[in-house]
Amino acid sequence: MSKPIRITTPLSGEDVERLQAGDEVLISGVVLGARDAAHQRLFELIQAGQRLPVDLEGQVIYYVGPTPPRPGAVIGAAGPTTAGRMDPYTPALLARGLKGMIGKGTRAREVIEALRKYRGVYFAGIGGAAALLAKHIKEAEVIAYPDLATEAIRRLVLEDFPAIVANDCHGGDAYRDAREVYRRERELTG
Amino acid sequence: MREIAASQITDTVAQLCMQAAYCLPDDVVAALRAGVEREQSPRGKAILRLLLENADAACGERTPLCQDTGLAVVFADVGQEARIIGDLDEAIHAGVRRGYTEGYLRASVVAHPLARTNTGDNTPAVVHTRLVAGDKVHLFVAPKGAGSENMSALRMLKPADGVEGIRRLVLETVEQAGPSACPPLIVGVGLGGTMEMAALLAKRALLRRVGQASADKTTAALERDLLGRVNATGIGPSGLGGTFTAMAVHVETYPCHIASLPVAVNLQCHAARHAEAEL
Repeated sequence: MSKPIRITTPLSGEDVERLQAGDEVLISGVVLGARDAAHQRLFELIQAGQRLPVDLEGQVIYYVGPTPPRPGAVIGAAGPTTAGRMDPYTPALLARGLKGMIGKGTRAREVIEALRKYRGVYFAGIGGAAALLAKHIKEAEVIAYPDLATEAIRRLVLEDFPAIVANDCHGGDAYRDAREVYRRERELTG
Repeated sequence: MREIAASQITDTVAQLCMQAAYCLPDDVVAALRAGVEREQSPRGKAILRLLLENADAACGERTPLCQDTGLAVVFADVGQEARIIGDLDEAIHAGVRRGYTEGYLRASVVAHPLARTNTGDNTPAVVHTRLVAGDKVHLFVAPKGAGSENMSALRMLKPADGVEGIRRLVLETVEQAGPSACPPLIVGVGLGGTMEMAALLAKRALLRRVGQASADKTTAALERDLLGRVNATGIGPSGLGGTFTAMAVHVETYPCHIASLPVAVNLQCHAARHAEAEL
């Protein structure tokens, strides 16, 4: 494995173009924390042609619903949640300027196509490593939908947050490719 | 009759919720360690090491292993010679409420599947109570995250589908889950009974010590067969490729109708959290 690539948000078009599926990255800078309920609200606003409470241009969304912080802590445990549940909303967000997402699990064909069309990237985080990943979050603040509690939209400041490029803007798919490498057809069906 | 105060049950459930959320059980840690040796993909090995490091940090710092601290599934085996002073069910929910609030665990329960308003304290729990012999109360708290629960499946097969049908359903479920269920998995399979019985068997299969084979020879052979196949899918740790897709396949069986072959597959992520106590 090669050395991780350091990237800083917001992502430029150039940043996105050079990333390839399978690359290891360390992400630093501001990202938005949001998951199911917030996506549904953003999507409904887009459909109604209304203003969004956050600017998505060049942004990265981290699919996360953290545990409550202990007193004095920045955030509780904060690992990635399953990205596939956000698939129905994602192409609309990419069309609004969203450049990247951090989550876990495979994406729908529509999302992979939208990443190509709008030049975006999807990063896979390590699911279930939430205590460690929280250490890479240096600031956390709810900036929209506080009524959604863990599902509110947060402004998160990341520092060297480890992830792997799962889907790049060129059609590359690390989950698909990696599975093929270690698949043993004979043992599977024999 | 041996008397047990409901408040004692509440205290115990609260403690178990916190313990389960912070500290991965020894058998799961051992299985992940063995996985580091068995995994052939360098990336897979690195991910398994990271998960062990995460487990260490979480337990030491009393931070949840995973931000999805789950829906609290509680198995209560109540001895018929024990007399509970107070309301057992309410005592369990109160324990979950306290454990999740005082332990800084995430409230992940919505009051209605469609209205979807968060209850704010992770109640209610899903409680499975059984009346058993003796005068003890055994409590088993197994918080279940949605990542793996969502990818589980149940099918009413025909008896003619046999082992081949079971294999197909297990592999289909694991492959469809891919990275989303957070492998390396424990695959719980419930075989037989009725529809609801198969699901409960599959859930109970996850409570077994990781890798402990079924006492029944035929079932144990099926477990080995299924594990070999699951680990040939190539999915690997975090679904980023590898040979250690599952730590174990546990199969629990029950007699069934002459016309039935119910099969439930309950997937468990690598954060296989559970904690138990006897009162």
